[in-house]
Amino acid sequence: MTTAKPAESPRPSLTSEAPLDVQRVRRDFPILQQQVRGRPLVYLDNAATSQKPHQVIDTLTRYYTKENSNIHRGVHYLSELATTKYEATRSTVKRFINAGEEREIVFVRGTTEGLNLVAQSFGRQRVGEGDEVIISTMEHHSNIVPWQMLCEERGARLRVIPINDDGELLLDEYEKLLSPRTKLVSVVHVSNSLGTINPIKRIIETAHAQGVPVAIDGAQAAPHLRLDVQDLDCDFYTFSGHKLFGPTGIGVLYGKAEHLEAMPPYQGGGDMIKSVTFEKTTYNDLPYKFEAGTPHIAGVIGLGAAIDYVEGIGLDRIGAHESELLRYGIERLSAIDGLKLIGTAGHKASILSFVLDGVHPHDVGSILDGEGIAIRTGHHCTQPVMERFGIAATARASLAFYNTKEEIDALVEGIHHVSEVMG
Amino acid sequence: MSELRELYQEIVLDHNSRPRNFKEIEDADRVVEGYNPLCGDKIMLYVKFEGDTIADIGFQGTGCAISRASASLMTQQVKGRNVAQAEKLFDRFHEMVTGNVDGDLDFEDLGDLEVMAGVSNFPSRVKCATLSWHSLRSALKSQEAHVTTE
Ligand SMILES: Cc1ncc(COP(=O)(O)O)c(C=O)c1O
Repeated sequence: MTTAKPAESPRPSLTSEAPLDVQRVRRDFPILQQQVRGRPLVYLDNAATSQKPHQVIDTLTRYYTKENSNIHRGVHYLSELATTKYEATRSTVKRFINAGEEREIVFVRGTTEGLNLVAQSFGRQRVGEGDEVIISTMEHHSNIVPWQMLCEERGARLRVIPINDDGELLLDEYEKLLSPRTKLVSVVHVSNSLGTINPIKRIIETAHAQGVPVAIDGAQAAPHLRLDVQDLDCDFYTFSGHKLFGPTGIGVLYGKAEHLEAMPPYQGGGDMIKSVTFEKTTYNDLPYKFEAGTPHIAGVIGLGAAIDYVEGIGLDRIGAHESELLRYGIERLSAIDGLKLIGTAGHKASILSFVLDGVHPHDVGSILDGEGIAIRTGHHCTQPVMERFGIAATARASLAFYNTKEEIDALVEGIHHVSEVMG
Repeated sequence: MSELRELYQEIVLDHNSRPRNFKEIEDADRVVEGYNPLCGDKIMLYVKFEGDTIADIGFQGTGCAISRASASLMTQQVKGRNVAQAEKLFDRFHEMVTGNVDGDLDFEDLGDLEVMAGVSNFPSRVKCATLSWHSLRSALKSQEAHVTTE
């Protein structure tokens, strides 16, 4: 099983070859130091949201303590300071995903808003009656519902790329779905319920060969993989700050400038205009055209700190550590009687979804919680995936770079305990 | 750990593995589908009345141990009771599992249902324990044929 090695990584690593010092990075995360239900917290719910290092927390505190002000158009010291920091994050994000230009970086609330923006602005412009939008079986509800809404409004049709029993996309089927009616493809980079890393570069190439633009849901990819939107050549890429060790309520939508230029605004209000009269409003330049109203300034600045932190550790080092954790996790979990892993793609990120014979995932979750182990149970906002595998729910342990093999041991012990409690 | 043991008591586990009244009633007067969108758990509840007495009751579906055991225990406790008694039982049960108790912690009148009291230590599981009860209430009121815990 190969693991979270990014297929698309043309940039050389800036970090040295020394492996990740887990104990050291763990000390950066105050929340990991606490006890839950009398046991050391074992946090394995990173795909839902990640924990925050003190570098991010301190940045937020400093912002509200010393820098808080509204941005843009301010003539005073604090406003200039806040504006500078806010815009500095745009440049950080541009570097992080290797975008071509800063104006291609739009701050949004998160992946969900990013996808809705693309559907409502770009999608509405392009998709008409009888047209088709392609997504996949393994999409998060946030990459299904916005397209369903659009298709319903437009009389268009949603087509779905099927997956195999390992949770991998059937690319042959995908190619068959592409047709002159296809107006857009939107797929997930890394599945949150299966862990599958999709071959998005190939998916994008195939679509582009037929002139079809592609949006990528990168919510689960950004915390694990080195990203390069220019190399991928995706038309849109979106991710959430809170899964990337940053604050909640902030995320990024990358869009190619040529698309963003041509798209109508998503929301109207302050900041997104150049001038307003009752007769005519002139929209602002990119990216401000898509950032109506006072944005989540603290969130943006906090996101910048999170990206700096992640880059300081190095995505290659993170990838190597997580690959090893995943390998170990698969080995240990597969050895448990009656446990079945859901999502066994050859190329996957550190997400371990499983079901236990005769025990409902909810009960697994509660019993593990009793030992201070946090996992997630349910459908993970991917009900079509559950249906594909004929189950109602899974238990999911999702790992981050601060997790350890000892924590996987605790999980395995906890699962044995589940069997004891449930008889 | 003791809280967990309290949640997963012998009786609860027994009702989970051998649910009582786990059956479809073909000539039921009311059939209600209960759905917990949180976890995708679904139950079908079948109720047959004689006058305003619950003459027979059955359920089917998938769910966690808490929701299965709770449904099973509920069917045992309400069979043979009239609508008003069942409604009262619902209120008492709800108070117990949510920990919203006015006055004394005396659940003797709840009979076997008392084994579900441990749920109050796990707020995220209250919906599992009450899914069947919400379905029953809707069957008694004969309003909607589809209820959710939300
Ligand atoms: C793959 C995927 N897409 C989209 C989302 C939605 O992200 P958010 O809730 O931050 O908007 C998530 C988060 O659960 C996700 O895992």
